[in-house]
Amino acid sequence: MTDATFDAVPERSSSAPSYLEDGHTVASWLFTTDHKRIAILYAAGITFFFFIGGAAATLMRLELVTPYANFLSPDEYNRLFTLHGVIMVWFFLIPSIPAVMGNFLLPLMIGARDVAFPRLNLVSWYVYIFGGIVTLYSLVAGGVDTGWTFYTPFSTMFSNSHVLAAAAGIFIAGFSTIATGVNFITTVHTERTEGMTWFRLPLFVWAMYATSIVMVLATPVLAASLLMIVCERLFHLPIFNPDTGGDPLLFQHLFWFYSHPAVYIMILPAMGVVSEIIACFARRQIFGYRFMVYAMIAIAGIGFFVWGHHMFVAGSSNYANLVFSLLSFIVAVPSAIKVFNWTASLYRGRITFEAPMLYALGFVGLFTVGGLTGLFLAMIPIDVHVTDTYFVIAHFHYIMVGGSVSAFFGGLHYWWPKVTGRLYHEGFARFAAILMFFGFNFTFFPQFIMGYAGMPRRYEVYPPVFQIYHVMSSAGASVLAVAYLMPLFYLGWSLLHGERSPPNPWRATGLEWQTSSPPPKQNFLVPPRVAHGPYRYHAEQDPSDLAEIDSGR
Amino acid sequence: MSGATLITERSWGEGDQEFRASLGMWVFLATEILFFGGLFLAYAELRSQNVEAFDEAGKHANFFFGTLNTILLITSSFMMTIALVCSDKGDRSLLRAMLLVTLALGVGFLLCKGLEYRSDLQEHLGPGRNFPVRLPAAQAFFAMYWAMTGLHAVHLTVGLGVVGRVWLIARRPVWPENFHRTLHVSALYWHLIDVIWMMLYSIFYLVGRAT
Repeated sequence: MTDATFDAVPERSSSAPSYLEDGHTVASWLFTTDHKRIAILYAAGITFFFFIGGAAATLMRLELVTPYANFLSPDEYNRLFTLHGVIMVWFFLIPSIPAVMGNFLLPLMIGARDVAFPRLNLVSWYVYIFGGIVTLYSLVAGGVDTGWTFYTPFSTMFSNSHVLAAAAGIFIAGFSTIATGVNFITTVHTERTEGMTWFRLPLFVWAMYATSIVMVLATPVLAASLLMIVCERLFHLPIFNPDTGGDPLLFQHLFWFYSHPAVYIMILPAMGVVSEIIACFARRQIFGYRFMVYAMIAIAGIGFFVWGHHMFVAGSSNYANLVFSLLSFIVAVPSAIKVFNWTASLYRGRITFEAPMLYALGFVGLFTVGGLTGLFLAMIPIDVHVTDTYFVIAHFHYIMVGGSVSAFFGGLHYWWPKVTGRLYHEGFARFAAILMFFGFNFTFFPQFIMGYAGMPRRYEVYPPVFQIYHVMSSAGASVLAVAYLMPLFYLGWSLLHGERSPPNPWRATGLEWQTSSPPPKQNFLVPPRVAHGPYRYHAEQDPSDLAEIDSGR
Repeated sequence: MSGATLITERSWGEGDQEFRASLGMWVFLATEILFFGGLFLAYAELRSQNVEAFDEAGKHANFFFGTLNTILLITSSFMMTIALVCSDKGDRSLLRAMLLVTLALGVGFLLCKGLEYRSDLQEHLGPGRNFPVRLPAAQAFFAMYWAMTGLHAVHLTVGLGVVGRVWLIARRPVWPENFHRTLHVSALYWHLIDVIWMMLYSIFYLVGRAT
């Protein structure tokens, strides 16, 4: 029983054409129902939006180098940070790991041919692109000045920017998220191969499952709140107007009922990616596999009941605030369990520092900083002090950028040989990973300090006392930009000239590594049969017995 | 399933397609419930702040059309259930007839709704001036009324397309293998539209009528 991870034998690359060779026309890509090709389509989409959102951030950081307005009017600045938020949240972060890596890996990891509804999967990509085009239209037409949060009554009664088009674009993209969620939940329930029981699922699959539950239950509430904004702006139905019985705060409740769980849509997939990488490069089982699963489910569940911590200063009752504060502390418990378990998984491991591992270790550190400052924000007195300051900005960038984006790049490198069948240049990749870690901290750590000292968010003009922090932050941002651009070059080079990859270059467990690189269209020539749980990097009792897996394949 | 295409020992099964389709639909219905749930929450919150105005405004909702539409939609769901039974028993002609009646009742609902909207607008219950109720907060009631019944009507129109598609398939001389599955998940969606209307009926047409 201990001598093989899976009964399936890795197949020769020559035995079937890979999914990349299965049709070379544009139509064979645009009308594909192959989950792997759809993942590539999504990857193209999010890369495009990532650089648009990144360009907006670059302009803002440039403007903020001096305390005075240089080349942007205050109104243009408002439109830039709105654009940055809208694009990054809905068109990059939310689809990033689920729709790209989830699409590619979920069927492979559970030993399936495809997702449960392949055509729906393709439709979801078109819907995403259509939503993106509508949102980009609002940008070209002049932009939106409400911030990504669309708070009423400003967004419904006063803003004269293109709120409707942006709301419509996000609303449309929501259908795509929901379709992906429905697809993944059904896939995990119905498409698992023989022997792939629930507690043999890799943690990435569990992460996708937990994320899908949040997507399916939270996204429609965002749709409802955006619909009400459209009703009030377009049809003058006074839902949020207090003059006629409406309630502007109602919008905040509905918006954060979506947008707080949306943070977990961004971070849970990252946790899944990091679990795979850490186990592989520490050559260790994940410590406390079951608790990792329960923790993700707990995060997905409790995450629905903490939204009030975004509204501590909005005039909610003290009792409501106390309850939301307590619940926000409680949701930190499963997150902490995960951090401890990743750390414990490293213990007595044979750790190597390939680029994916550098990203994953960076993730653990940055996520911990983001999570701990989240506890600051869950304390009502501190939250009152730092509400709407750069402290909040720094906190959620540590989670979303330091956490999710690091994990995204880690996963990108880890599965790159599987996706493309090529190896990348390890030296450049490690350099970029380290550069990203330092660039990130350089950019966002000063924001904690200036936020605590009182620098408010969403202003381009600020007291000169904060300039030193802004200069540091902008300098860090340029380092970060280089680190983000680097993979474009060496991964692009790898795509064309990289060395061919064997099926399992990392000697990893997991069904996706048991098929050729890149996999054939139907993923496995023979349906795999699973006899063990994941992460069998060593024998149960004796971690030093790594002979079998390390003998290499 | 046939061994002719694959030479390997083990081949890919089709799995339980019925279960897959209905699970997918149930998960989708959960999103629909959350979607309307956001609006129901908005209604509940606004009413809790303006009880008197909502009771007053509720008297201006058109009780006749609301009740008639409730009857039409419940009946259509009943017809859909008969169609499902027909599919199990293999009674094709009755099944086609039942689907057609379901569609007709759905169209009837939309017609009634249109007439009701017209009469509402004639009474100036829409957004704008000359709102007939003295209490300003009554406008919030009608804001929710237009938003929610409008969204429901959109869903019903989609439902007509879904059921119409099933009807078109049912008219074929030979039914595809997956026909029962298609019928089943389409019926689930149709019933959801019915269930949501039950809620809308009680919060817009019955509220404030007792006094």
